[in-house]
Amino acid sequence: MRYVDELRDPRLIRAVAAEIARLTNPDRHYRIMEVCGGHTHAIYRHGLVELLPPNLELVHGPGCPVCVLPMGRIDDGLALAEQPHVIFTAFGDMMRVPGRRGTPLEYRARGADIRMVYSPLDALKLAQTHPDKQVVFFAIGFETTAPSTALTLLKAKALGIRNFSVFCNHVLIVPAIRAILDSPDMRLDGFIGPGHVSTVIGCRPYLFVARDYGKPLVVSGFEPLDILQSILMILRQMAEGRAEVENQYSRVVPWNGNRAALAAMAEVFELRPYFEWRGLGFISQSALKISEAYADWDAERRFEIPGVRVTDPKAAQCGEVLKGVLKPPQCKLFGRECTPEHPIGALMVSNEGACAAYYHYVHRLTVAGRSE
Amino acid sequence: MRETPVHPTFRDAVIELVHGAGGKASRRLIEGLFLPLLTNPVLAHLDDAAILPINGLRLAVTTDAFVVKPLRFPGGSIGELAINGTVNDLAVSGARPVGLSAAFIVEAGLPSEVLRAETEALAHAARRAGVAIIAGDTKVVEHGKADGLYIVTTGIGIVDPRAELGAHRVRPGDRILVSGPIGDHGITVLLARGELDLEADLVSDTRPLTPFVEALLEVAGPGLHWMRDPTRGGVATALNELARDAHVAIILTEEAIPIRDAVRGACELLGLDPLYIANEGQLLAVVHPAWADAALTALRQMPGGELAACIGEVCEEPAGVVIVTTQYGGQRVIDMLVGDPLPRIC
Repeated sequence: MRYVDELRDPRLIRAVAAEIARLTNPDRHYRIMEVCGGHTHAIYRHGLVELLPPNLELVHGPGCPVCVLPMGRIDDGLALAEQPHVIFTAFGDMMRVPGRRGTPLEYRARGADIRMVYSPLDALKLAQTHPDKQVVFFAIGFETTAPSTALTLLKAKALGIRNFSVFCNHVLIVPAIRAILDSPDMRLDGFIGPGHVSTVIGCRPYLFVARDYGKPLVVSGFEPLDILQSILMILRQMAEGRAEVENQYSRVVPWNGNRAALAAMAEVFELRPYFEWRGLGFISQSALKISEAYADWDAERRFEIPGVRVTDPKAAQCGEVLKGVLKPPQCKLFGRECTPEHPIGALMVSNEGACAAYYHYVHRLTVAGRSE
Repeated sequence: MRETPVHPTFRDAVIELVHGAGGKASRRLIEGLFLPLLTNPVLAHLDDAAILPINGLRLAVTTDAFVVKPLRFPGGSIGELAINGTVNDLAVSGARPVGLSAAFIVEAGLPSEVLRAETEALAHAARRAGVAIIAGDTKVVEHGKADGLYIVTTGIGIVDPRAELGAHRVRPGDRILVSGPIGDHGITVLLARGELDLEADLVSDTRPLTPFVEALLEVAGPGLHWMRDPTRGGVATALNELARDAHVAIILTEEAIPIRDAVRGACELLGLDPLYIANEGQLLAVVHPAWADAALTALRQMPGGELAACIGEVCEEPAGVVIVTTQYGGQRVIDMLVGDPLPRIC
């Protein structure tokens, strides 16, 4: 734990916060987006917002894989889970995410064989120990988790394990960032780049952000000091009139990414022509499907998938919050119809979603004193 | 002014697992369904144990059902939990246990050896806690119905005359003490399930809290305002209930909260917050500031209480909320849990 503690050193953190305050111009407003839900979570958990000047606003981005998954895909997955002889496996993150007829936990309580795994390899193990069952892994996540799905598929093929398949919902972060930059109401000054994703893809895929859109992007770690230092690096770029991609998380992120992981992904996945994102709509070439060579392990080809489409209620303003146009409490449904217990919009679904994080860590303060 | 409690009607169509997780949904179920139908002044307190005044004595009564998977885990088993859980509900109500009943719900097909071992664990834990099992019942249910074994225990105790406890006694300025490192039990059981392929040198903290309560009453009796053993839902849930019931704010100091490195590490890896993890052998005590130092010293002198700490303070505003001050001076709200904590991927 000592390794983490150093990155939480209060003295260093206050020093960086002071430097941030010094570099910000009180006469203007700063909007910096942290792309990754892990950053959103860390920012609230450590109370970092209070260490920043009031005119520096952190906008919570789309990097929460659970949040951006359309409800229809969850219903599709749960339809698989209800098939006889299927053991349906998913990450803990998914277990409380509602489809139209309930969450995976609720389906499990009603009798579906749904099991939480921490790695897709654990799902593959289940397939080996339950040869009479069909084990389906509900694959979600950005490039962070895609390599582990890829490796699992490589292993399934090498071992000839036939009763295992993947329901693939992996998405890509770069098309999402581009969609936000292309949005007409975009008002961001810079990006805190995702750390975990970048351990796989490196920093080069973000170069267009600086080159084509003139915005600084700093790939960041997840500890308080990492995040504050990344904000400082963005402010320095702005102060010096630069727009570059920089790597604050160089202790983990190689500039060119992880070649072995990228090779495994290239072998197993191919791009979907388009994919629907909750809150952002359809984005072309923004998601992965399983390649022809691995078609035998593709749950979408092995099973009949209903292909459900569920549109979010019009009143939910997830897209605006995602793009930084609205803050979570400015959405009409926030804290009323839409709460972490009964999420309506994407961002209330997971703890890493901007609205859920805001609700848990900040909103309670503003409603305190009022009777519930 | 204290507000009259308003009980929302329970409208959920089906009982889901979340209704038993100890968080918001559990509260809705209890206050929206059970309480209106079973209403009486004793139950309405919704404390760990009910207090019945009889012939000048205060009788404490509590009941608890134990469902844990796996039945055995490092540092304990369901048999020990069934004793300690009920003894501790009595203890934090200021009561010494005088007798316990135990009901066994056994799944057909359970090896007799397992039942014997758990009964031995039960007997051992009862001796350790200085209490006898004075009544019991056995039911056998179909195979596949009860995870092997469920145990329900009911405990009767006599409240110590020095104990005057309750949310109504909690005042701004009171200190919040915890008897030791938090999260050991919950993380031990999570890892013992073997689903996560993680190992840690960690054992459950299950133990009777009666000696701790005895020590607190001895040195800080008049200043002891409230106690709770933060089991399911953890420290966060227990303190949220206090903040709401006493209409006060609870401000915790993050760096003061004792957490073992193994628990902290597992929580970091799994994306869990130790404040929500279950404990089976820790107590939270709210103590008047004038008695706080003596109470803390007494806890630390107890075997197993060496790491006891003062973790925060009761404040006036913002009422009803638990806040943690991070070591950099930032703050975050510690809300009630929505369901069981689940590991996250990123």
